[in-house]
Amino acid sequence: MANYSTNEFRSGLKLMLDGDPCSILENEFVKPGKGQAFNRVKLRNLKTGRVLEKTFKSGESLEGADVMDMDMQYLYNDGDFWYFMEPESFEQHQATENAVGEALQWLSEQDICVVTLYNGSPLSVVPPNHVELEIVETDPGLRGDTAQGGSKPAKLVTGATVKVPLFLDQGDVIKVDTRTGEYQGRVKDA
Amino acid sequence: MLQSRAELLSALRQFFFQRSVMEVDVPVLARSSVTDINIESMPADVYGESGYLQTSPEYFMKRLLSQGAGDIFCLGKAFRDGEQGSRHNPEFSLLEWYRCGWDEHQLMDEIAELISLIFAARSSQPLAITKRTYGDCFSQILGIDPHETDLAELQDKAVAASSKSWAGESRANCLDLLFSLLVEPQLPPGLMFVYDYPACQSALAQLHNNIQGQQVSRRFEVFLNGMELANGYFELTDRVEQQQRFDGDNAQRIKAGHPKVPVDRHLLAALDHGMPSCAGVALGVDRLLMQLEGVDSITQVMPFSWDRC
Repeated sequence: MANYSTNEFRSGLKLMLDGDPCSILENEFVKPGKGQAFNRVKLRNLKTGRVLEKTFKSGESLEGADVMDMDMQYLYNDGDFWYFMEPESFEQHQATENAVGEALQWLSEQDICVVTLYNGSPLSVVPPNHVELEIVETDPGLRGDTAQGGSKPAKLVTGATVKVPLFLDQGDVIKVDTRTGEYQGRVKDA
Repeated sequence: MLQSRAELLSALRQFFFQRSVMEVDVPVLARSSVTDINIESMPADVYGESGYLQTSPEYFMKRLLSQGAGDIFCLGKAFRDGEQGSRHNPEFSLLEWYRCGWDEHQLMDEIAELISLIFAARSSQPLAITKRTYGDCFSQILGIDPHETDLAELQDKAVAASSKSWAGESRANCLDLLFSLLVEPQLPPGLMFVYDYPACQSALAQLHNNIQGQQVSRRFEVFLNGMELANGYFELTDRVEQQQRFDGDNAQRIKAGHPKVPVDRHLLAALDHGMPSCAGVALGVDRLLMQLEGVDSITQVMPFSWDRC
């Protein structure tokens, strides 16, 4: 991989740091008038998801990471691995539970996800921003109670639990924002 | 923003006009430039001769001072290579002025008057003004004396605060890193003067002994709400020492793999002729405007930042 100097640092650039692939979140150039310039860089470790802050001398360079984001269709899980397919080449990739991470609780078969490949293997999975899922478990719905204020937990078919308004019932399909885990609305019968 | 910039430029000029400080309009293009190890001049080809865009009007202004120009200011453009970020643009507006017969403390008082006046025109909130030595600010946060702590300990602290790449750094660079990373964020809001800088960061300031008998430089920095705004000196006027600092800088540049910069012979000749005792300061006009407008990025106060040029 190519090396990148601090003046090429941009948010989104993927670099190797202490053996792990990282993605730059923020890059701040700092230079005291008469002093040595440096860059304060906020990075996300793509393996652990942890955010770290590092200070590099301006002009220092780091090795790029062989990391690529790709849209893929989620196929199934066989108990050990989760399988994703590149829509054009039909090439399949198996992702570990670690790589699927939080996406796990939102995934339905055939969803199009963003899979991050590191040296060709899935490193992380981002589910679609919005998913439509069926409620499989919740307290009975209170008919007519559509006023604001009340909410209750509801378990969804994929395993996630979200807060929903009181009038919803088991079997209802709802739309959820996976970035916040928030209920967006009820989906009218398909 | 255009209007705001125009008003600021006009207010600055008026301030000096009322105090009989003369505006000088000096070149931005010259055959030589500064030797500072951490400031890169932009080379320019001029009729086949190599020249540089100036990183400040300092040397030209000092030549005028030596010719007896008296109190002078310059409000114009300066250029520094490799500096771009939320507080930096490779081309920027600099206000620089010199007061003959003054020391750095008199000049700091005048800076406080200028900035207070400019803020008063835009806000009813009075501007808090604080003044402390570099040593006090530094030892309060880091618990060590910046003038006496040995290099190895400073390097350890720098590595701990940032990364391994600071292990072999110079005293001046370690101090700068620690000050920027740890001390600056703790500076009080308002206008803050930090004076008596470490001797190793004297640049073009004279040296003297502080109350504790430590050798320090008569250099000060001005921070406005924690942002570096200006840098000033009780100016070095001794030709021999000036030449030594130039040569020392260039020796460091070569060691660090930076290009050597031709020393300004005209400036040395002017010092030979005799530069009056004076204090001088350079102030970042764009940053002052950022503070007046309450914005985070220098690009927001420029009609065209380098990205759009």
